Amino acid sequence: MMVVVIAGCTAPTPKAINDPNEAGNRRTHEANRRVDRTMLKPVSGAYGNALPAPVRQGIGNFASNLNLPGVIVNNLLQLNIDGAVKNSWRFVINTTIGIGGIFDPSSSIELYEDSSDFGETLHVWGVGEGQYVELPFVGPSTQRDTVGMVVDVFTNPLTFGAPSPEKYMGPVVKGLSKLGDRYTYSSTVDSVLYESADSYAQSRLMYLQNRRFQLGQDPAEQDQGEDGYDDYYAD
Amino acid sequence: MTIITQTNLTRRNMVLGGATTLALVPLATPVLALSNGQASGHVDKVVAAINKVIASGKSESNMIKDFEKIFVKYSDVTYLASYALGVDGRRASSAQKRSFAKAFQGYIARKYGKQFRSFIGGRLVVEKSKTIKNHVEVETIAHLKGQAPFEVTFYVSDKSGRVLFYNLFIEGVSLLLTERTEIGSMLDKRRGNLDQMIKDLKSAG
Repeated sequence: MMVVVIAGCTAPTPKAINDPNEAGNRRTHEANRRVDRTMLKPVSGAYGNALPAPVRQGIGNFASNLNLPGVIVNNLLQLNIDGAVKNSWRFVINTTIGIGGIFDPSSSIELYEDSSDFGETLHVWGVGEGQYVELPFVGPSTQRDTVGMVVDVFTNPLTFGAPSPEKYMGPVVKGLSKLGDRYTYSSTVDSVLYESADSYAQSRLMYLQNRRFQLGQDPAEQDQGEDGYDDYYAD
Repeated sequence: MTIITQTNLTRRNMVLGGATTLALVPLATPVLALSNGQASGHVDKVVAAINKVIASGKSESNMIKDFEKIFVKYSDVTYLASYALGVDGRRASSAQKRSFAKAFQGYIARKYGKQFRSFIGGRLVVEKSKTIKNHVEVETIAHLKGQAPFEVTFYVSDKSGRVLFYNLFIEGVSLLLTERTEIGSMLDKRRGNLDQMIKDLKSAG
């Protein structure tokens, strides 16, 4: 059961790690690792070898362009007008000059995506991150971000409510784009999942730090800020 | 009292930035020895050294040796190692601490050196720096091929007597914290056996 408190302002910076369901999460993590080892990694390897880099890049670009209207909806829900305007320009330019989003001319004029999702919208509305969870097939998340992920199925006007054959395009392209990412960042993913002494603890720590950073929560304000460098050289 | 000064630094206004910082320090607090400009200059040197190694076209094992030298020269490896060992350091003998620090610097050079491969054709640009208490945070942006730019932040201090960086954050992920967790996990797996962990660390990463 999740308690949602709308405080009307950005949720405070969480300290440390809130993971009361660690045992269950670790079981999910092991299952996810099995899925990665037996399916995702080999399939992404085949995908990466079959398609040249520019084609994979094009599919990745297309998927993120398709996702952009949903991002803009979230920018607006957070009253991030600047982000919404930037992303709208990006969408217009990449959809037209970038031929339906296959190319990314926006980035060459330094118009990058102001990335967002409904998890961030909840954060801006004052919802705390809740417990850490590892989701089957998805990986690291928090209670708040899990809710956000579900809501985001409906925030994108381009994919939600599209007519029949088109509505499958979004998920298919997204899936291919994920395969491409698994291939491109293979050595980084492998280093966390298979070379670490405790891949669960590493992915949990990295996810939480990175997510809090995305949400503009200063690492120095998190519990980790106390690096004690001055004390080390005190006296 | 916390002094926060922020300047958008480029090489051109670095001297000016340093001067502004000093001017903003209230008289009642001790003057900070390390200026934003010095800290950014230090990170510039690190970035230049890394780029040089990447551009050298050497074999991976030789590049990793060079990265280890960069870590030793520009970062406070003794501190990194001691932080990573955390509370377990209290029961370590000074010989164990020494051999751990040696093994640790090789391990981070291998682990992070391998990741620098993706930096080929990319660049790291110093964006800005700010003083927080006794250290300077230098923010850089990594521009890699086919990827949206991302933030890499260095914590620089001269508390050791030399200007050195003692932590770095890649998109908010702290090297210190990540490695403390990893070393802790390695120790747990070996039932707290320090010598075994140090032995295995020599080939890890």
